[in-house]
Amino acid sequence: MSQAIHIPAMTPAVLPMLPQPAVIRAIKPESYGVATYTLAFQDPALAAAYRFLPGQFNMLYLPAFGEVAISLSSDPAQPQALGHSIRFGGSVTQGIGRLKVGDMLGLRGPYGSHWPLDLAAGKDVLMVAGGIGLAPLRPALLTILKERSKYGRVLLLYGGRTPQDLLYTDEFEAWQKAGVELHVSVDWADENWKGQVGVIPMLFYRIRLEYKKCLVLTCGPEIMMRFVIYEALARNIPRESIYISMERNMKCAVGFCGHCQYGPNFICQQGPILNFATVEPFFGKESF
Amino acid sequence: MATASIPRVSASVVVLKAALQKIFENLRAAGFTLVGPRVRDGAIVLDEIAALDDLPRGWTEDKQPGRYRLVPGRNGQYFGFTVGPHSWKQFLHPPSALLFTARKSNGAWVFEPAKPQAPQYAFIGVRPCDLKAIALQDRALLEGPVPDPHYRARRRQVFLLAANCGEAAATCFCTSMKTGPRASTGFDLALTELPDGFLIDVGSETGSEMLQDTEWEPATAFDLGRATQALQRAERQQRELRTDDLPRLLYSNLEHPHWDEVAARCLSCGNCTLACPTCFCTTVEDSSDLRGQVARRTRVWDSCFTGDFSQVHGGNTRPTIRSRYRQFLTHKYASWIDQFGTVGCVGCGRCMTWCPVGIDPTQEVKAFRVSPARPK
Ligand SMILES: Cc1cc2nc3c(=O)[nH]c(=O)nc-3n(C[C@H](O)[C@H](O)[C@H](O)COP(=O)(O)OP(=O)(O)OC[C@H]3O[C@@H](n4cnc5c(N)ncnc54)[C@H](O)[C@@H]3O)c2cc1C
Ligand code: SF4
Ligand code: SF4
Ligand code: FES
Repeated sequence: MSQAIHIPAMTPAVLPMLPQPAVIRAIKPESYGVATYTLAFQDPALAAAYRFLPGQFNMLYLPAFGEVAISLSSDPAQPQALGHSIRFGGSVTQGIGRLKVGDMLGLRGPYGSHWPLDLAAGKDVLMVAGGIGLAPLRPALLTILKERSKYGRVLLLYGGRTPQDLLYTDEFEAWQKAGVELHVSVDWADENWKGQVGVIPMLFYRIRLEYKKCLVLTCGPEIMMRFVIYEALARNIPRESIYISMERNMKCAVGFCGHCQYGPNFICQQGPILNFATVEPFFGKESF
Repeated sequence: MATASIPRVSASVVVLKAALQKIFENLRAAGFTLVGPRVRDGAIVLDEIAALDDLPRGWTEDKQPGRYRLVPGRNGQYFGFTVGPHSWKQFLHPPSALLFTARKSNGAWVFEPAKPQAPQYAFIGVRPCDLKAIALQDRALLEGPVPDPHYRARRRQVFLLAANCGEAAATCFCTSMKTGPRASTGFDLALTELPDGFLIDVGSETGSEMLQDTEWEPATAFDLGRATQALQRAERQQRELRTDDLPRLLYSNLEHPHWDEVAARCLSCGNCTLACPTCFCTTVEDSSDLRGQVARRTRVWDSCFTGDFSQVHGGNTRPTIRSRYRQFLTHKYASWIDQFGTVGCVGCGRCMTWCPVGIDPTQEVKAFRVSPARPK
């Protein structure tokens, strides 16, 4: 080493972009085109040391295909069974869709920020999810249900395109019994659908709560979150009390590929969960 | 003559021009591979060099937005040019680096990390702006949440011999960016070319050792004065970019019609990002054997101007040239400050020189000052 610069020491994350082998323990079909994969590190020491917080994500690597960011959708209290609800869209996720229980892929994580459950204690929690956006909220919901009395009212507004697009429908009853006020709607219903029809922000008209005191956690397509925020602000929910989960292309998840930049933020570092007040100057700006 | 001893760190000394050859030899003896400017394909590029004669002595560059020509310079100087299309990032953060190999054995995947390569380079003639560009890449790749092991392995080996600028090009604006024309820190040795020799500032122990067996003399007030004069001339030759309040200026103009005007000229070719010494964005490429038993993941340079840079499922968050140029400019001059505490541009002028249509960021930024968007 020559000229006087500070070269930081390497931490155990010596090779930050190196995946670790993980085994598929279970596959549960959730809805049309989405299944939940339960993964476990092959190395028992890694498996034992792994912890995550609600809202964080992993990078899943399918050799020769590529790597994708997928949120953890399972209970953080059971960090040995890592749930990932994956929508089969492009080449990597469709490739993962062809794997069977016992097959392997690469996993690294957890990455990113988390839902601010510490701030939610004593408050009403309003979760608003669209489609697969419920996946990163599920760990938060399960965590809240473990210590239900610490929180005020817990509401979940959930919407999908069609009834077939809804995730975790088999758990809805249990959630409601445990004290979740659930309101579901779909954009297009079939003859069997008994619930609400319409876009998610419409569900705001079905609820009433102490808006000044609640915390909003929302995840879904950006356009959906935009209307959710619109409804929330119209009810005088403080912008500081609204948290969104942003999606951007990701290659490294550790802050040096540049892909996930969103104004001053790297979504893989400051996000994916961001406080609305901090991103308001950029949020909704065309193609930003 | 103080030939046997070596000067102390932070001393300024004067040597004859031929002494640089001795410094090169000392570097080689210490195990360094020399990389420096040389003439190739009608441009000054960075490549391995062996001797003083390899330097582009007597050449300079005629640079304008969208224009680059090599022309004979004044007085046969060794460092009478500024910067060519290359920057040092190609050696510290190479265009392509293998990350790992995945091998299937007995049905299980094994991921073998690639060992970071660490050639021991001595960079010869690093311009002050480029020195600062290396410091900026350090911020992004070494001092972020996790250091990049590949960059780190290369970076810690490098010897930096800086060359202060006595001559600026018409595309330079280091004075505005406060990065030049004189290097203040971060070098092992920094030279200023005088008519009859080099003034050398010693920046490190290793730098001082490389002056072993040269006929150095402590610099006199006269030498220091002559050097300062040369650097002041370079300072006056430049274009300008007002840097106060840049983030506010750009963030408050995200929907200014001027972006459409730039977009009409910009080809989204990405030349500016490849030539820029501070751009660090990369993507990954996956390859495999035909039997699906071995796969490789390689990291390669990327550009925010490419079509799939911001692709997400079913769409692209920056589908227009307007949105991509806006990302480039606001990143360099605004969000870089939020992310790394300093502007992301060092004023080297490469982006405008190598832009096929001559887009000049100093002019684009100015457009927002001249007619700020009316508040909606
Ligand atoms: C923080 C975060 C959490 C996510 N959580 C989930 C989840 O829980 N379940 C799920 O199904 N999907 C999730 N996604 C989206 C998922 O990463 C993309 O849909 C996926 O990358 C698509 O990859 P593909 O190769 O199958 O599709 P293709 O369309 O072929 O994509 C090719 C490449 O484009 C990029 N890309 C495409 N879509 C996205 C996207 N939406 N976000 C980021 N990069 C993208 C990726 O680099 C991908 O490798 C998440 C994305 C982010 C950023
Ligand atoms: S933006 Fe242009 S002038 Fe600034 S450092 Fe990059 S190439 Fe040089
Ligand atoms: S600014 Fe110039 S160099 Fe950069 S992408 Fe546009 S046309 Fe290419
Ligand atoms: S994903 Fe690479 S910087 Fe965020």
